[in-house]
Amino acid sequence: MTTTETPASPASAGHGEVNYLNHEYGIKSWLLTLDHKRIGILYLITTTMFFALGGLFAGLIRLELMTPEGDLFQADTYNKLFTMHGVAMIFFFLIPSVPAVLGNFVLPLMIGAKDVAFPRLNLLSWYCYITGGTLASFAIVAGGVDTGWTFYTPYSSTYSTGFVSVALMGVFINGFSSILTGVNFLTTVHKMRAPGMTWFRLPLFIWAHYATSLMMILGTPVVAITLLLVALENMFGLGIFNPELGGDPILMQHLFWFYSHPAVYIMIVPGFGVISEVIACFSRKAIFGYSFVAFSSLAIALLGFLVWGHHMFTTGQSIYAGMVFSFITFFIAVPTAVKIFNWTATMYRGSIDLKSPLMYALGFIGLFLIGGLTGTFLSTLAMDIHLHDTYFVVSHFHYVMVGGMVMAYLSGLHFWWPKMMGRMYNEAWAMTGAVLIFLGFNLTFFPQFVLGYLGMPRRYHVYPEEFQILHVASTGGATVLGLGYMVLFVCLVWSLFKGAKAGPNPWTAKGLEWEIESPPTPHNFHETPIVTSEPYAYEEEDVLLADKGSH
Amino acid sequence: MSKTASHHPALQHYFDDLKQQHGAATMGMWAFLAQEIMFFGGLFAGYTVYRYKYFNAFVEGSNLLPIAWGGLNTVILIASSFTVAMAVRCAQQGLHRSVFNWFMATMVLGLGFLGVKAIEYSHKYHDHLIPGLNFQWDGPMAGPMKIFFSFYFVMTGMHALHMIIGVGLMLWLIPKIRAEKFGPQYYSPIENFGLYWHFVDIVWIFLFPLLYLIGRHL
Repeated sequence: MTTTETPASPASAGHGEVNYLNHEYGIKSWLLTLDHKRIGILYLITTTMFFALGGLFAGLIRLELMTPEGDLFQADTYNKLFTMHGVAMIFFFLIPSVPAVLGNFVLPLMIGAKDVAFPRLNLLSWYCYITGGTLASFAIVAGGVDTGWTFYTPYSSTYSTGFVSVALMGVFINGFSSILTGVNFLTTVHKMRAPGMTWFRLPLFIWAHYATSLMMILGTPVVAITLLLVALENMFGLGIFNPELGGDPILMQHLFWFYSHPAVYIMIVPGFGVISEVIACFSRKAIFGYSFVAFSSLAIALLGFLVWGHHMFTTGQSIYAGMVFSFITFFIAVPTAVKIFNWTATMYRGSIDLKSPLMYALGFIGLFLIGGLTGTFLSTLAMDIHLHDTYFVVSHFHYVMVGGMVMAYLSGLHFWWPKMMGRMYNEAWAMTGAVLIFLGFNLTFFPQFVLGYLGMPRRYHVYPEEFQILHVASTGGATVLGLGYMVLFVCLVWSLFKGAKAGPNPWTAKGLEWEIESPPTPHNFHETPIVTSEPYAYEEEDVLLADKGSH
Repeated sequence: MSKTASHHPALQHYFDDLKQQHGAATMGMWAFLAQEIMFFGGLFAGYTVYRYKYFNAFVEGSNLLPIAWGGLNTVILIASSFTVAMAVRCAQQGLHRSVFNWFMATMVLGLGFLGVKAIEYSHKYHDHLIPGLNFQWDGPMAGPMKIFFSFYFVMTGMHALHMIIGVGLMLWLIPKIRAEKFGPQYYSPIENFGLYWHFVDIVWIFLFPLLYLIGRHL
């Protein structure tokens, strides 16, 4: 049992306290809510469901790969499994998770707003997500999709199995959820900041979401029209991507990656925002080089649109285009490295308080670093010819997406959980979960770098016997990883019922969201806050605490 | 910042004042239009690639499109841009009756455009030029011709869908105009509708020459 004593909230009488969770009850009050906090919770529940679904497919994939023979599944079934794993995880978990769950919940709180600029669009975005998710799930149940998550033609057109169009429409509709979130956040940050909350007083979480919103608005529609064209080609035989009629399947890849590379940054940049908050809070220091970290998010958003060709080095695109794409891909590592260096510099000589959010953040830095550096291997033209479509690539993007993005998401979830739910989780169990996830993750994916380097191609369920030891190690790691997620899940759910009450500010963190009750009242702030200090003013904490005696 | 003195009925509780609310609505609309530009941008990019690759087929396909109907639709849409601009102006000045009249004019022009489009589509049907339905082309370059008509139908179809949504938005706004909800203090829904309508017009201004006027030396 935890004996953590947390400061009681101002109105801790228990019953009299009105917050966003208890001010109205009933399913209707949730499904028709316009409150950004409740919409965040809706997203939390639904993205977790898709994470579990995607995880289930991943488990089945790892189970099949225990042995060199294809003994558990047919090749066709295996194709469906990795496709549905990718579709569920990327479109329905990774892209919405940080912005739609954490962003929805804390972004308005952080800038001192009562809600996002367009609450009804916010709810509509959740319904787009649910509709898209339902269609995609229907495609899975009805017969599966086996094109790979990238929906490349002609897999998705000439040779499609029939439910591809349904899955495509699901992803298409889900895209609008992303666009609407982007429009909402962009406008909210521009127009809804509290008095005194100047651009350079914004928490870095906000800067990261601002950059992400730009990518969501400018990238998502391109993939939307592309997938629409593929769906029309599938249903009506349009021929735009069909070589038999003179169409070009490579054009589909260009259009697809024009969005889908920025989509990688749509997934990871909000995670960067989380890490900035967590590192500053648990090092008790202001972020080193605030403006560099802020502008590096924007630089990534801009450069992210200019690197899509590195997915296509082996498609026969012009070698000169390949060189330019290769160079810009190396270049985008610079703003990313700026962030990593600034976070470590922030921790240097800080008063480190190793709590579970920081544990996840440290895991993020290590794993994302490996993921990022192996990305520069892949952006080297000659290396990529060898490594393209091998497990090296699989491992690389899992280090970025799971090691980076999911760790950042979990870090943020642990950090803001007391704010969202008003309860503390058991720190020892949270730490156990974090350690298991870190170890399990490395055991799962590090062997895959070796496998890929040795030549194991991705998307095959049969492989030469000499690879078995590495595959078994990977499957063993996946088991530990799955166990870690279970521990984490139980720990957080347990806290809802048995957790100690969290006060307004259990981490003594800085930021407007920590100055209000946990959980917040329906309208967030009793009166519009006025911001007078810089962000991350941790070093002047004693002075500030003395000033706020009445709060 | 917190002006609680004048509380307009249209002011949402999460905004401080109408100025902030208007600014947010306008900015959101522009962000949405940026999204729309990228959406059509994907189509224009694909169009450019194939027009470069199969120029002769595109010329031949383009010559099958009736300039007269396309030209008429261009005139109709430019006229509707004028009427919607007048509607916005009148809303800002609080001339409720005029807003209604200009909106009705816009609606008639929008429906006229869709009517002409329907006539054109039915001609295509008779000529067996609709990919996915009855496309038949016996001459050379049958594949690229089909690609041209695929672009024609997807691009004009997406544009027509935007027109239909625009008409739907007008049907949603007209009862509010009749109820005199808009005036000098609060007119952002009318103004944002105007922005949307102008955007849809501009898409057509690009579509018309790109689809109808290739290689025609008058």
